[in-house]
Amino acid sequence: MKSLVRATVVILLVCGLLMYAASVMDQTSGKSGKDVLTIYNWGEYIDTDLIKQFEKETGIHVIYETFDSNEAMMTKIEQGGTSYDISMPSEYTIEQMKERDLLLPIDYKQIPNIKNIDPDFLDLDFDQDNKFSVPYFWGTVGIVYNTAILDGQNFDSWDDLWDPSLKGKVILVDSAREVLGVSLNSMGKSLNSTDSKELKAATDKLIKMAPNVKAIIGDEVTQLMVNGDASVALTWSGQAADMMFENEDLTYNVPNEGSNLWFDNMVIPKTSKNVEGAHKFINFMLDAEVAAQNADYVGYSTPNKAALKLMDPEVVNDERYYPSKEVRDNLHVYKNLGKEKIGEYNELFLKFKMSIR
Amino acid sequence: MRNKRNSPFALIPYYVWIALFVIAPIILVAYYSLLDLNGNFTIANYQNFFTGVYLKMTLSSFWYAFLITLFSLLVSYPAAYLITKTKHKQLWLILIIIPSWINLLLKTYAFIGIFGMSGPINSFLKTIGIPQQQILFTDFSFVFVAVYIFIPFMILPIFNSLDKLNPALIYAARDLGASRLTTFRRVILPLTMNGVKSGIQAVFIPALSLFMITRLIAGNRVITLGTAIEQQFLVTQNWGMGSTIAVFLILFMFIIMLFTGQKEKGATQYGKAK
Amino acid sequence: MEKLSKSSKLYLALVFVILYAPILFLVFYSFNSGGTMTNFKSFTLEHYIAVFEDTRLLTILINTVVVALLSALISTMIGTLGAIGIVSMRNRKLRNTVLSLNNILIVSPDVIIGASFLILFTMVGVKLGFTSVLLAHVAFSIPIVVIMVLPKLQEMSSSLIDAALDLGATRRDILTRVILPYIKPGIFAGFFLALTYSLDDFAVTFFVTGNGFSTLSVEIYSMARAGVSLTVNAISGLVFFVTMLLVLGYYFVTNRSRGASGTGGRK
Repeated sequence: MKSLVRATVVILLVCGLLMYAASVMDQTSGKSGKDVLTIYNWGEYIDTDLIKQFEKETGIHVIYETFDSNEAMMTKIEQGGTSYDISMPSEYTIEQMKERDLLLPIDYKQIPNIKNIDPDFLDLDFDQDNKFSVPYFWGTVGIVYNTAILDGQNFDSWDDLWDPSLKGKVILVDSAREVLGVSLNSMGKSLNSTDSKELKAATDKLIKMAPNVKAIIGDEVTQLMVNGDASVALTWSGQAADMMFENEDLTYNVPNEGSNLWFDNMVIPKTSKNVEGAHKFINFMLDAEVAAQNADYVGYSTPNKAALKLMDPEVVNDERYYPSKEVRDNLHVYKNLGKEKIGEYNELFLKFKMSIR
Repeated sequence: MRNKRNSPFALIPYYVWIALFVIAPIILVAYYSLLDLNGNFTIANYQNFFTGVYLKMTLSSFWYAFLITLFSLLVSYPAAYLITKTKHKQLWLILIIIPSWINLLLKTYAFIGIFGMSGPINSFLKTIGIPQQQILFTDFSFVFVAVYIFIPFMILPIFNSLDKLNPALIYAARDLGASRLTTFRRVILPLTMNGVKSGIQAVFIPALSLFMITRLIAGNRVITLGTAIEQQFLVTQNWGMGSTIAVFLILFMFIIMLFTGQKEKGATQYGKAK
Repeated sequence: MEKLSKSSKLYLALVFVILYAPILFLVFYSFNSGGTMTNFKSFTLEHYIAVFEDTRLLTILINTVVVALLSALISTMIGTLGAIGIVSMRNRKLRNTVLSLNNILIVSPDVIIGASFLILFTMVGVKLGFTSVLLAHVAFSIPIVVIMVLPKLQEMSSSLIDAALDLGATRRDILTRVILPYIKPGIFAGFFLALTYSLDDFAVTFFVTGNGFSTLSVEIYSMARAGVSLTVNAISGLVFFVTMLLVLGYYFVTNRSRGASGTGGRK
């Protein structure tokens, strides 16, 4: 009994000490409302030095929290209990959030730096007139492959993924729309298809690819491609950029049939308690120098045309990261297809997954 | 056992816990399982569960959970037994648990590196002249990592029951001429059965709902019920279907509990309190 | 005590090597100047320096440890009392029902637990943050404590308690002097597993946290999209070494003092 009591006391003491240490490090205590800005972002998706710079310039203290998927983030915001001032969802999630009335409109009088954004990335279907969102990063979906292992292939067509020589080599992303999109694109159908017959045909075609599939995974693909463990993978351009940075044998291509163009935009959730601060932050992030530094750190493509002038021309002129207008015209942004269709996509994707073995 | 140990006040927090964090969520899950995407009542989710895909998934979940439990037990029982024989057994036991305090995702990334083509295992194989093997994304790697995760949860309860085993019983059995195997089968194993059962419960049931490593280590070549629930909740946002699978998972758990439940007879046989 | 044979030693050694292999792998690459867990370029301490410059990460680490210790402590108390209550139930059906209810949280996938706790907390009006995370961790750790303590209780001979009662012990005495000392190994096992559950949990914490409160797991998972930085490896390495030092230090200090006082025997 004595040792139980002693252990309890020791644990409580240690906790007390640690909490004291944490409160010394934490400067938020005593601040609230106007002085604090809560940012909800993907992990490692901003240069944290910029947050410090923002804090210094404005005197606003930033609380930074991270999420790992659009859907989980939306659930958190919808349920309430917290007050996020800024978040960075992807475009199809922005549509859903608009539908559920989770966003505040953006007041562009407070964001003069919007002039820095390339007009091509403004006023898109998912958010007309950019009423609720401001572009943060963008990119494409394509194929990354190892030229040292797969000599002579260039993946100009999605159909190349069905090539029998790739048996057990292809890595796909664990995401229904991207994978069904491969098949839809290869058949010349729309990425936003809602025709059940088309979707069924696309799934049947995918199942024929099953012998080629090595695995269906997520972000871990970076490590495998860099290692040379895998030789070809379906992936997002930002991630491909990370891989190519680590391994020079890798290259990235968007097949000619077309593909997906995606955006992550900054939004102000309805739960915000510091709307003014949120606008200040958005304006700060759109500043040319800030955006250039951020793009350099994160490695994704920035929509900020003023920032591009300040960046390494070798990156900016690389068609793999910044495809030309002609290529982009062949790319399509996901539309929100509604819960039922998304459910259908996922059921078909599950069917495909179960066919691999 | 007379009802003397029971002090009602001490139990209040436990009952409050059951009411708030067990019964309330079950009611929520059961309620959601009857809703479709638009929030209308339906039994379509249950009908959907009995279509081919989900039944197939249930079967394969059970098969893998069985394999994982079996191998965990095969590795853990001897290990727990040997640890009870060491000089600093408490220390060794803690050393078994410490690795599980390091974040699982990080360790999984480490496993991806270890199993990789250029990882330590393949370079070892190469030096002894065996060609490179594809280890990642196989049944082997999946079961291996799952067993890795569950070993502490299996060793602990078995260690606890072995540790309490009175060595005099074993000596007595040996003196009476029982072989090592007989001693194990007739004396040690029955006396430690409760520990083994606790271990199986702590491994088999969570193994049914393993999710992350099905993707990271098995590359979605293995899909468990847990993976499906995860997807329904977080990707499809079909909480109804996710809850329906969860209802079945809870049912399976009740059934497993029936099988591994502590039998009254077995316990009293050895003069145990009941 | 019989000596372990060579093959037994080898077997145990193998188990330990496998258990520690991924951790050594992580620590090895925390010294990599290359920035990833592949292709070791050259030795560097930059990731360790980065840990101490990143107060946010350090605060998160402290949060993680405090939540783990407190939740393990509270759940051990509630769970142990619960287990004693379960064993003393005379109605077999009721006992089995309670036991099954107990185990539901172990089987439930984290996402469901997380989502239903989130609904629960927002309904009741608990502010998301430290309190909600602590409550959730206590909640999902209790059943594992019960499972660890139960076998010990069931093995306990009732004659012990009868004897104590005959000697005029009160109910309180029986609990603190007879039952608790006897089931102590089970209690410690429960505590350590509760600690493990708490340190490892991601999904539940993710749902019930908020207002800037975060734990290491949540942070690591959300890094996955852009790649986990080696700073996390470094911080895990540090945690690992400090834990090892504490455990070994504590063990040998208590063992030596016990040896000196001559009591010996089990803890």
